Amino acid sequence: MNSVVLYTVISLSGIGVTAAIVLFLVAQKFKVYEDPRIDQVEDELPAANCGGCGFPGCRNFAEALVKAEDFEDLYCPVGGNETMIKVAELLGKVAVEQEPKVAVLRCNGACEFRPKVNKYDGTETCVIAAALYGGDTACEYGCLGYGDCVVVCKFDALHMDAETGLPVVTDVNCTACGACVKECPKDLFELRKRYKKDRKIYVACMNEDKGGPAKKSCSVACIGCTLCLKVCPFDAITMNNNLAFIDSEKCRLCKKCAPVCPTNSILEIGFPPKKEQKEENKTEQTTTLAGDKSDEVNNKPGNISEK
Amino acid sequence: MLKTFLKGGVHPPENKLSAKSKIKDLPLPQVVRIPILQHLGAPSKPVVEAGDQVKAGQLIAKSEGYVSSSIHSPVSGKIMKIDDFIDSTGYKRKAIIINTEGDEWIENIDRSKEHIKEFSLSSEEIINRILSAGIVGLGGATFPTHVKLSIPRGKKAEYLIINGVECEPYLTADHALMLEHGEELITGIKLLKKALKVNRALVGIENNKPDALKHISALALNSNGINVYALKVKYPQGGEKQLIKALLNREVPSGGLPIDVGVVAFNVGTTYAVYEAIQKNKPLFERIVTVTGKSVKNSSNFRVRIGTPVSALIEAAGGLPENTGKIIYGGPMMGKALSDLSVPVTKGCSGILILPENESSRKKTQPCIRCSKCVSVCPMGLEPYLLMSLSQINLFDRLESDKVLDCIECGSCSYICPSNRPLLDYIRLGKSAVSKIIRTTKQ
Repeated sequence: MNSVVLYTVISLSGIGVTAAIVLFLVAQKFKVYEDPRIDQVEDELPAANCGGCGFPGCRNFAEALVKAEDFEDLYCPVGGNETMIKVAELLGKVAVEQEPKVAVLRCNGACEFRPKVNKYDGTETCVIAAALYGGDTACEYGCLGYGDCVVVCKFDALHMDAETGLPVVTDVNCTACGACVKECPKDLFELRKRYKKDRKIYVACMNEDKGGPAKKSCSVACIGCTLCLKVCPFDAITMNNNLAFIDSEKCRLCKKCAPVCPTNSILEIGFPPKKEQKEENKTEQTTTLAGDKSDEVNNKPGNISEK
Repeated sequence: MLKTFLKGGVHPPENKLSAKSKIKDLPLPQVVRIPILQHLGAPSKPVVEAGDQVKAGQLIAKSEGYVSSSIHSPVSGKIMKIDDFIDSTGYKRKAIIINTEGDEWIENIDRSKEHIKEFSLSSEEIINRILSAGIVGLGGATFPTHVKLSIPRGKKAEYLIINGVECEPYLTADHALMLEHGEELITGIKLLKKALKVNRALVGIENNKPDALKHISALALNSNGINVYALKVKYPQGGEKQLIKALLNREVPSGGLPIDVGVVAFNVGTTYAVYEAIQKNKPLFERIVTVTGKSVKNSSNFRVRIGTPVSALIEAAGGLPENTGKIIYGGPMMGKALSDLSVPVTKGCSGILILPENESSRKKTQPCIRCSKCVSVCPMGLEPYLLMSLSQINLFDRLESDKVLDCIECGSCSYICPSNRPLLDYIRLGKSAVSKIIRTTKQ
């Protein structure tokens, strides 16, 4: 009996040792060399696998970073400059720093401003609705409101506002990965420079129709009147296809354009309420002044006629 | 046994309400709006400007490139402007807007009703006349006819197939045309035979139109090489590939064209337009449109000038019924719901269908129960459930290898699905994404 056990143990361990040697040799022979820095770089990356860098995932981006001669066109929007500097130090290269960005929705066509003109009962996704027709409001450029962008956002930075029917960007969570920009069939998202305290000023409209039809379909549409263009001291505003666009690189948040917009399609977000109050006071003053004047004017002829 | 295609197919209720209606001329609309893209291919280029006076039949937009088509003014009057206007796609597109004044046609059009049988033109001359008349496939695909007639080198056409199937429920435009203009159709077939240099023409007509079958068969007896076949009723038999399979038992290869199996097919509407263009010198600026629906007062077939707003057609058929849920541009299977009634009729519009509310709304989408009904009804032998899921997860390479581009968008899968899944919607998305990728990689 003992000898049977002994032989079994010996033969099995013999097989085990031979197999181990063979496997070791094969592993040596077919060894795939992988740069150890790839793992190190990958550890530095945020591991979000969002595709914001243009690569399918963080691993692929790490490989590209290790291979790259310089970091031109290579940038992780989620990790931002901090991550890129760390990676650059690790690889002994220079990081190309970029201004942090944030996604904004260039449509302010809430239900109250943009009446529905027909009923859509098809599949409730934006891509299909956009493939079928211009949407259930008269504005064929505006947000469809079925929330494809919310589904695609990996950072919980988007949610639908039930009241307005539009998606809302939560600035703190937004990493500017650009997933919503790619997903939106109407191209309504734009990645803009992130200013201090998440202040923003932008034209919240993509309607390229002429003034009349644009205004008819949505009361807050850009009508292409060029008033903002004339008032901008920094040449940050351009007009294309009856649509104003504020270049966030040139804009210095002077807020001169927003008050002159006749349709309120330029949105100011994140500015302290104090200044707004002041402005309101100013406008109130001017209106009261104008009112006084007009009253005077009105009174005078009245008095004359009474006389 | 009657001929039909083998793979798949469905049997939706026929509802040919306007089958007995004669073709009526629709009164000229005050304003016509003519989109410059109403055919497959490149948009035409306007050759008129605002303020110009035009006559009916005058060229207003010329074809840009080979796969494109010319557009002629459907009315006489003044060009108001060239501006963006909503069309059947639901988007604004460039259109030529004409204010109608009187009804004056250009001089060389023969406006008499007389049937002219004789012609002495050569094949090339016929094709050139068709090109300049702006004729496109009137069955709905609006593919330019002259492109189909120019046979590529190394291929030979053996048969001409004339499509009088009209398998879409409700629509009767082709039916009415066959009944009222049978003789002209025969001449049109002869012209197309000459253009293609073929000896045999086959006319396929579904068995639910016995009067048209009888009429065309009787006329065809007197002319050599035209055979009329009765076909078993099955949707989508009017699809080119299905009709070729039904009549000749030949299968068009995946990604190929009918000419690969020696066939060229035309709709009866197109054939009639060819007759008019060559024997009467009349370019394509009007077509027959069925206005129908269970709640419509007078479902009928109208001869309509291109550019007429849909609202005028509905008015002529007795006005919009109160319980209307949807207005469909085209037939119930392949048509598109309209969001605006001022959309103009274009060359590819074969019908306006008005559906009451209780029939029109979509039902709630439920999970796929793997019943494989969509697979068994697909006339192209595809797997719609699979294509839909692939399209949802953006697996474009799999979509391509599973032949998404073979889909003819007949809608049989969405029609049959017991879970009301939007199969065709997603397949269309996948199809356009795949063809876009192919186009960009080619460049």
